[in-house]
Amino acid sequence: MSTDMKVMVPIGPQHPALKEPESFKVMLNGEKIFEVDVRLGYNHRGIEKACEQRSYIQDIYLIERICGICSHSHTTNFVQAVEEIAGIQVPKRGLYIRTIVAELERIHSHLLWLGVAGHEIGFDTLLMYTWRDREVVMDLLAALSGNRVNYGMNTIGGTRRDFTPEQLQEILRTMDVLEDRTKYYIEIASVEPTLIQRLSGVGFLSKEDAMRLGAVGPTGRASGVNYDIRRDDPYAAYSDVQFKVMVNENCDVYGRTLVRVGELMESYSIIRQLVKQMPDGPIAVKAPRRIPVGEAISRYEAPRGEDLHYVKGNGTDKPERVKVRAPTLANLQSVAKSLENNNLADVPITIAAIDPCFSCTDRMIQVDDAVFTWERLRAYGIDWYKSQRGIDFREVKKLPW
Amino acid sequence: MVEALFTLIVFPGFLFLGAAGVLAEFTDRKLYARLQNRQGPPWFQPVADFVKLASKEDIVPAKANHFMFKLVPMLAVTAATVPIMYIPIWSSQALFSFSGDMIVVIYLLTVPTLSFFLGGWFSTSLYSMIGALRTLTQLFAYEVPLFLALLAPAVIAGTWSLSEMSLFYAEHPLLILTNLLGLAVALISIQGKLERTPFDIPEAETEIVGGTFTEYSGRLLALFRMSIDIELVVCCSIVAAVFLPFGLNLGSAVGFVLYVAKVAFVLFLLALMRTVLARFRIEQMVVFCWKYLAPAAFLQLLISVLVRGWVNP
Repeated sequence: MSTDMKVMVPIGPQHPALKEPESFKVMLNGEKIFEVDVRLGYNHRGIEKACEQRSYIQDIYLIERICGICSHSHTTNFVQAVEEIAGIQVPKRGLYIRTIVAELERIHSHLLWLGVAGHEIGFDTLLMYTWRDREVVMDLLAALSGNRVNYGMNTIGGTRRDFTPEQLQEILRTMDVLEDRTKYYIEIASVEPTLIQRLSGVGFLSKEDAMRLGAVGPTGRASGVNYDIRRDDPYAAYSDVQFKVMVNENCDVYGRTLVRVGELMESYSIIRQLVKQMPDGPIAVKAPRRIPVGEAISRYEAPRGEDLHYVKGNGTDKPERVKVRAPTLANLQSVAKSLENNNLADVPITIAAIDPCFSCTDRMIQVDDAVFTWERLRAYGIDWYKSQRGIDFREVKKLPW
Repeated sequence: MVEALFTLIVFPGFLFLGAAGVLAEFTDRKLYARLQNRQGPPWFQPVADFVKLASKEDIVPAKANHFMFKLVPMLAVTAATVPIMYIPIWSSQALFSFSGDMIVVIYLLTVPTLSFFLGGWFSTSLYSMIGALRTLTQLFAYEVPLFLALLAPAVIAGTWSLSEMSLFYAEHPLLILTNLLGLAVALISIQGKLERTPFDIPEAETEIVGGTFTEYSGRLLALFRMSIDIELVVCCSIVAAVFLPFGLNLGSAVGFVLYVAKVAFVLFLLALMRTVLARFRIEQMVVFCWKYLAPAAFLQLLISVLVRGWVNP
C-alpha cells in the first residue's frame, strides 16, 4: 500500500466493535493509525441532575442503574459518601456482605471482559467459554440477592439482605469451580500462540503516559502503576483481608489481560477469607431520612478502576449535588495515546482493553455559543438545507402535503 | 443439449452443489457450535437464511457501479460451481477431464476471491474498500502455498489431470502418506481462501463491519453466501480427491459414501481450526504464509520429487 494513502475511518457512534454508542475517528496512513479523535456524549442520561430531585433512598436505586456491570460499585460508593456525611457507623457484618458482593461483581465483570476481548480479536471460542462460566457467578449472585445485575443489596447504614450459613457454603463451593476454570484460562493466555500474537505489543501505554493521563484500575496497573484503592485507601472490609495487587510491566493489552486474570484469582482468595472471618451481628443500622449539611468524597476500586463519588447534603432528604467520576472517564484519554502507531485491526481490542462503559462516562458538554435559540436553530436549518441539499425553504410557498 | 443443461443446472451442477453447500454450511456451523459448547442451529437454518435473504430488497449504493455491483455475485457463484465438473468424486473418473484440468480448477477457484474484491471495490464504501484490499493482499499470501501443496501429489503421479491422478493413487495407495505435510499446508491455505478464522481478516466484523460485503443486501448477498458455501464444498472435494484418493475403484455406491465421509473429515478439521485460533492481523497473516507455509510447501515438493525418483526411476 502506498505511504501517502490517508483515510479517516469512523469507528462509531454505531459500530459492531462498540457495545454502546461513542465516536472514535481514526486517521489511517495505510493500515497504520496516526491520530485518533475521541468524542463523548452520545449516551448522556442526566442521572446526576435526576439525583438532586429524589430522596437519598430513591437515589440508591437510580445510581445502581448508572452501569449494568458495576452496579454494586456505584451504590456502595454513594452510600459510603452519605454515611460519612451523616456519621453513620455500619456494622461489621454489613461491611463484609458488601465486600463479598463487590468481589463477586469483580469476578463477573472480569469474566465478561475476557469474553469481549476474545470476540474483538476474532476468538469467539473464548467468548463462549468465559460467558458460560460467568453464568456460574451470575447464578450465585441471583441466589444471594435475587437479581442477576442490579442486586439492590446496599442501603444507607448497611445492607438489605443477610447471608445464611448455607449460602456462605454455596459461595465457597462456587469459588472452587471458578478457580478451576480460571486456571484453565491462565493456561490458554500463556500458551495459545495466536492469542499472544494479537495481544502483546498492542496498545502500548508507558508508565509515564499512564501517570500523566490518569489511567486507573487494571489499565494503570498493567502499565506498572502500583495503585489500588482497596489497599491504599481501604474501605468496607478490605483492611481485614490479605491480597496481592496485580501489577504488570508489559504496558500492553496482553499485560491488561494478565492483570485481570490475576485479579480473578485474588478475588477468590478474598472471598474465601471474608466467608471464613464473617462476624455475627446486625447487618444495618437505622439511618435518618434527613442527611445533615456537609459534603464527602468516596473512593472505590470498581472492576474497571477507581470510581469516585461526591455528595453534598443540605439538611433535607434530597442531596444538593451528586457527582460521579466513573473509571472509564479516567481511562478514555489513555486510549487515544495507546492507539497511536497501531494497526486498524488493533482498534477494537485496544478500545476494549480499558473495559469501557460509555454510559457511565457520558456527560453533557456545553460548548460556548452552541446553545441555539429557536430563531437561530431555524435559520441554521434553512441554511444547511440550502448549502447541502440545494433546497431553499424560504422560497417554498406551500408544502406539498 | 438437454443432458448438458441437466449437468449444469441439476447434477452435479448448481442445484446439487447448492444443496451440498447448504449441508456443508450446516455441518460446519453445528460442529463449530458443539466445539464451543453451544447448541448450534437446526438443520434447516442455512436454507432459512438463504430464503430470507433472497426475499429481501436489494439495495444498491447510489455511487456504486450498478452493472458491476449486480454482475459480480453471479460471477462468483458460476466460478465456484464449474470446478466440480473436473473433480473425481466417487469414481476415479471426473465428469469431464483433460490433461491439465487441475490448473483450470485452481484458477477457477481464484475467480470467486477476485469477485469478492471487485464487489467490495465497486461498492465504493470505505469499509468495503478496506475489505477488498485485504482480500487481495490475502490472496497473494495463500495462493502460492496452496498451488505448491496441490502440485506435490501431481508430481508423484506424473500428471496434471485430477482424474488420472486418482487412478494413479488407486494403484499405489500407500504413496498418499508422503503427502501429509502438503495436506496440512492445503488445509491452512483453504482456510485463507474461504476467509474463515484465523484468516477472516477481510470481513473482520469488529474492525470493518461487514468488510467486502458491507453494502450488499438481499438476493445479491444471498448469492455471495451461496458462492462461499459452494466454494467450501469444492475446496473440501479437491482436498479429498488429491490427498485422500483411496477407495475410488470400489464402485459408485461405496465411493459416494467414502466421498461424504472424506468431505466430513476435512470439514471437521476446518471447523476445529476455526474454533481454536484467534484472528491474525493482515501483516501477521502475510508473514506467516511466506515464512512458514510456503517453505513447508516447498519441502513437500522436494519430498515429492525424491519419491518420484524412487518410485519411477
